[in-house]
Amino acid sequence: MHPCQVDVPNPVDAGDIAVLTSHLTKTFESPSGTVTALDDLNIQVRRGEFICIVGPSGCGKTTLLRIMAGLEKQTSGRIYVHRSSNNRPLTAMVFQSDSIFPWMTVERNVGYGLQMQGVPKKQREETVKKLLAMTGLTAFAQSYPHQLSGGMKQRVNVARAFAADPEILLMDEPFGLLDEQNRLILQKELMDIWQESQKTTVFITHSVDEALVLGDRLLVMTAQPGKVKRIIDIDLERPRDIVSLRGDRRFIELYSEVWHLLSEEVRRSRARQE
Amino acid sequence: MSDYVRKTSGRGFQDEVVVLEDVQETGPSLVAKRTLFRLITFLSPSLLLVLWEVLARLNVIDVRLFSRPSLIFQTLFPLMSSGELFRHAWISVQRIILGFLCGAVPGVVLGLSMGLFPPVRASLMPLVASTFPIPKLAIMPLILIVFGLGEASKVFTIAIGVFYLVLINSMTGVLSIDPIFLDVAKNFGASRRQFYLTVALPGSLPMIFAGLKLGMGTALLLIVAAELSAAQAGVGWMVWRAYDMFDIERMFSALITLAVMGYLLSIALDALEKKIIPWKER
Ligand SMILES: Nc1ncnc2c1ncn2[C@@H]1O[C@H](COP(=O)(O)OP(=O)(O)OP(=O)(O)O)[C@@H](O)[C@H]1O
Ligand SMILES: [Mg+2]
Repeated sequence: MHPCQVDVPNPVDAGDIAVLTSHLTKTFESPSGTVTALDDLNIQVRRGEFICIVGPSGCGKTTLLRIMAGLEKQTSGRIYVHRSSNNRPLTAMVFQSDSIFPWMTVERNVGYGLQMQGVPKKQREETVKKLLAMTGLTAFAQSYPHQLSGGMKQRVNVARAFAADPEILLMDEPFGLLDEQNRLILQKELMDIWQESQKTTVFITHSVDEALVLGDRLLVMTAQPGKVKRIIDIDLERPRDIVSLRGDRRFIELYSEVWHLLSEEVRRSRARQE
Repeated sequence: MSDYVRKTSGRGFQDEVVVLEDVQETGPSLVAKRTLFRLITFLSPSLLLVLWEVLARLNVIDVRLFSRPSLIFQTLFPLMSSGELFRHAWISVQRIILGFLCGAVPGVVLGLSMGLFPPVRASLMPLVASTFPIPKLAIMPLILIVFGLGEASKVFTIAIGVFYLVLINSMTGVLSIDPIFLDVAKNFGASRRQFYLTVALPGSLPMIFAGLKLGMGTALLLIVAAELSAAQAGVGWMVWRAYDMFDIERMFSALITLAVMGYLLSIALDALEKKIIPWKER
């Protein structure tokens, strides 16, 4: 489960690093040949930072997150993850695809992580209540997922990961399916939670806007096979206001820089597909 | 074709407003529709009965072979009022339920184990695959030899039929759980036991129930066969007894009883399903 390799001293225990990858490579074997999803990836995620990842579709973002979560094993290279406490889960993931349990009510879905950790029912209910209110799902606590809209299901997905209160929050395009209003609300909530808890967060998104509003740093990945194209410091003052940022000069500079890098990669990946 | 071109591209074509019909299903019309359907459900068998009666009276169908509704009811009602029919039905229902449980419980347990543990699956699958296609009726003589002429052989015949269907469905149920749910369980730190209880079992319940329903159908088939030999009671026995005595009306009475039993048992299973799988879309 734990992606740490314990045969060598863990370099992330020394500094202020939460996740460190070294020559991380992942290939998949498929009938049509070998796919290299990640190629010699070297990144560091600092403790307490909010790092965003953008990159063309299929460049290996989800794969990287899954390796961090211990759901997938790298083909070669190493990954180190810092654990600072034993009574909290190391990671909790907001999955990209629909992943809430159809057989549980919204309430039980949100409380799933806590239940697995053996948190007493009373305490669990309190946390769940708070998160349901935050995600605007209080009225649907007793509903089953098939009674929800796509965006509501995604909010349950987000609430479930928040509720688990992990050391590292892994979010794979969590707001991709949401409508603009709910996206803004949840971005704001995420910011508040993060600012309060300083929880290390790795956040994949397709939206440059979103990445710039939320992140401390932005990792731009190359088209497949995924490597680091550039890591950009987002030196915008916090707290950031989504609306007023759109007129900010530095924001516009960053935006066009990222956009430029990304479109290069997207063009490359499309050229190869043809 | 050319007409069409002229119409759409020619200058003379005028815009028109297409009025979409009011397709809203409002309250009263919906209720009316439902009532109508219910009426049809009730009327169509009744109509068949009337047709049957009329054709029999006109000698179009042979009354000796197919009897006719009025005669059947004349036999059925005394059978009911004397309690004889219910006694037989109750005996058959007990056999069905007992056989059903004896087949379904090991079927679910083994099927889930086979779905969850590849080694179990690898070792049992050849056995299951090779014995499943044997018609259960073909092994009835063997069952009689092994289990004797008493209750055990009847219960076992039903159990074996139910067992395979439930086993295969339970196994498929586990195997068809979306792998994303395994990831979620793992990511949120579910222990093995927690995984079984929160993902594997609920995730396969819909398929298990599909197996149970199929099994119930088979149980009804098998009860008649099971009561053919060495039985002194039961609805299936009634059918065969009536056959021996060429009492067509009695035979139809027993058949009707079987149909009603099957219907009630399936309603009971549906109700159980609703209780156990409240998340199922209906
Ligand atoms: N289980 C797998 N088996 C085979 N190939 C896989 C598997 N998972 C991912 N891949 C391949 O690895 C590459 C990276 O996939 P990944 O899901 O990480 O992309 P992504 O960056 O998350 O894309 P998107 O933005 O569209 O979600 C893709 O080419 C994909 O086809
Ligand atoms: Mg992805």
